[in-house]
Amino acid sequence: MSDAHGGPKTFLGKYVFSMDHKVIGIQYLITAMAMAVVAGLLALVIRTQLAFPGLGHEVKPETYLSIVTMHGTLMVFFVISLGLVSGFGNWLIPLQVGARDMAYPLLNMLSYWVTVPACFLMLASFFVEGGAAAAGWTSYPPLSALPQAVPGSGLGTTLWLLAMALFIVSITMGSLNYLTTILNCRAPGMSMMRMPLAVWTYLISSVLGLLAFPALTAAAIMLLFDRHLGTSFFLPSGMVFGGHVLPNMGGTPLLFQHLFWFLGHPEVYVLVLPAIGLTFEVLAAFTRRPPFGYRSSVYSMLVVAVLSVIVWGHHMFTTGMDPRIGEYFSVVTVMITIPFAVLGLNLVASLWRADLRLAAPMMYAIGVISAVGIGGLGGLYLGTAASDMYFHDSYFVVGHFHFTIGTVTFLSLFAGITFWFPKMFGRKLNETASQLHFWLTMVPMFTMFLLMHYQGMGGLLRRTYDTSVYEYNVGSRWMMVPISVLAFVTFGAQLIFLANFFGSALFGKKVESDNPWQATTLEWSTPTPPPHGNWPGAVPVVERGPYDYASHPGADYVLQAQAQMAAPVGASA
Amino acid sequence: MKAIALAVFFLVMTVAVVAGFAAGGLRPEVASAHGARVDTVVDYVLCSSGVIFVIGHAVLFWFLVRYSGSVPVTYVQPSSAVQWRWALGVAFGMALVSEVGVLVLGLPVWAEVYGEPPADVLDAEVVGVQFNWLIRYPGKDGVYGRTDPKLVAEWNPLGLDEDDPKAADDIVLPNGRLVLPVDRMARLSLRSHDVLHSFSVPQFRTKQDLIPGFVAHTQFRPTKVGTYEIACAELCGLGHYRMRGTVVVMSQEDFAAWLAKQVGYYEGG
Repeated sequence: MSDAHGGPKTFLGKYVFSMDHKVIGIQYLITAMAMAVVAGLLALVIRTQLAFPGLGHEVKPETYLSIVTMHGTLMVFFVISLGLVSGFGNWLIPLQVGARDMAYPLLNMLSYWVTVPACFLMLASFFVEGGAAAAGWTSYPPLSALPQAVPGSGLGTTLWLLAMALFIVSITMGSLNYLTTILNCRAPGMSMMRMPLAVWTYLISSVLGLLAFPALTAAAIMLLFDRHLGTSFFLPSGMVFGGHVLPNMGGTPLLFQHLFWFLGHPEVYVLVLPAIGLTFEVLAAFTRRPPFGYRSSVYSMLVVAVLSVIVWGHHMFTTGMDPRIGEYFSVVTVMITIPFAVLGLNLVASLWRADLRLAAPMMYAIGVISAVGIGGLGGLYLGTAASDMYFHDSYFVVGHFHFTIGTVTFLSLFAGITFWFPKMFGRKLNETASQLHFWLTMVPMFTMFLLMHYQGMGGLLRRTYDTSVYEYNVGSRWMMVPISVLAFVTFGAQLIFLANFFGSALFGKKVESDNPWQATTLEWSTPTPPPHGNWPGAVPVVERGPYDYASHPGADYVLQAQAQMAAPVGASA
Repeated sequence: MKAIALAVFFLVMTVAVVAGFAAGGLRPEVASAHGARVDTVVDYVLCSSGVIFVIGHAVLFWFLVRYSGSVPVTYVQPSSAVQWRWALGVAFGMALVSEVGVLVLGLPVWAEVYGEPPADVLDAEVVGVQFNWLIRYPGKDGVYGRTDPKLVAEWNPLGLDEDDPKAADDIVLPNGRLVLPVDRMARLSLRSHDVLHSFSVPQFRTKQDLIPGFVAHTQFRPTKVGTYEIACAELCGLGHYRMRGTVVVMSQEDFAAWLAKQVGYYEGG
């Protein structure tokens, strides 16, 4: 990157086909919010059907499955991935490493504009014959391969696969950009061990994404071939539908499961690691202390990343795999709790001797700490193969992943948005509305997803249109109503957030300072909002680590790019 | 004030979660031999993760209460050695807790479910079709007759081959009702004719996927006479939610009497 340049002048170049990472980041964030509204409304339909099955006779079983499938797909890929990875990754990485923009701005713009048709294809699939894909967000064949297996496996699934392929193209372009920018475009003095933890998490998340997503691309293409070109990658011989034997032979549905989870499990960490990274950034600024254990956090996350690509089989314990392989997957899976325990320790211990400032970002961040704990511990029940025999495909799984890739990620997104909002828009969010939103989000989210753990303990199976068909689950069925009520409350609270976000972005009080939270990392040394090229003069030179709080008597904090100290350096104990 | 509110929330949540799990009563009463050992694993994970959950939230609670007031800024930073000692201590503790569950308690359960069957094992076949369970016993000869998907018809849902002499005495129950004797290991061969299904009986703590093109096996020893539900645990289409079957567990004498009354598929006209 050369000097800061003028940047585009036209509206189209500035706000629509922008190559500025900050604009693209905000485009992604707003796209994710729009998709979140759709995915959230789908959740409300699901919850209505589950709590009041009599009332929901307009929702047929096949429609219900489409809605469940699309809720999961949209939330995982088009809300959390887009918001947390594509949105915040874009906006934050160049600012935090001291780059003028992403390494490949054009590629960056393309990655966003490939996402847009992916979103439209996904949404359009509701309106085609047979409805949207209905084989679950995991899209297991043969259900997803054969239109005669479920109505949603017609054109809906084709659109689903095409949209996923476009999404993967987009995330691949994004990950390449993140990786290159972090490795090659750092400001002078920004050594790896001086990078903010958020940047570390995006680095690890990008590598994981690049390794894992090709497996899903392959699976999606093979599934398209099976569906439209008569191949049999995932279809064995001897399948009978309506008295007719299908001509396929030689494939196995298990291949798809392996490919899917080779992506699917790392994908959890592609999302959760940046969530933890953003949380560490917020913790540092609102405890006025460096996060506990910077190095052990970095190493733990690297260990998590390595382990995450060799554990996918724990999603398949019940498929009848060789017990020795199952046992291997179980042993390495619960090993992930070891680095995660260290991360949990570091999150909690970051509050030790804190000068706690409980503005909205910090409230969300503390919520994340607790959610990481609950989500991580829930994993033990499922990673231990013997207990997974009971919990597999139950509401325990549903509650578990709604904590890990639901609550952790959403709360960290809110922490991140409320933290960086003044820098993004030069205006302040309404603090009262943010605090209200925090309580109305965290309490119902924790309560309903914990209740789902209890339902799973009672054996209740997921993806069940009408749970009253069975008697075994009668003990936990009553929880359906409170969970559904809480889901409506949670959704309502998000309207407060959206109103606050857009209202404040347009009409909020202007910020007086470029560094309203008195934080240390490089993004706070830019003008507000940062101009095209981020720094009007030279790129800052990094002089110190990312969290220089409370280490120099006389100075509460020192910016990463600040060279001279009033008090002698080395006064820290 | 906000710190206290957060601390109180975490306190209430922790107490409620622990009380909820301690009260128990959620799991359907266990009715198989290995199921009791699955429950032991679940109880172990409940206790160990419960302790970690409580400690973590107790510390969070304490920090929120302790540091919410105006605490003078401290310049004391934990040394690198202290940070690493804590990390390694926690890592070691977690490794112990998690791998004990998998290796010491979990491994024997897997060995029982997927290990060599005992000599007196009872064989049965479960075939999943949208949205029903087809049950077959090998009959007096103890051998399953040949099946062929091309022969599948309304009157012959399994596609059992009439020309195979071993098929004649096979007993087929087409209505999702599996009958088993108590206290005897049952070994199921599981297949699917169309999509994925999963055979699950919550009381047995058993869950085994049915995968087209592939015969899976699972075994369990029912320990209580009674009728239980078979629930499909893997999404299999719009009727997934009502793919309900039953397992009837009889005393060994009753089972022998029941079996004697059954007629082979191609026997007795």
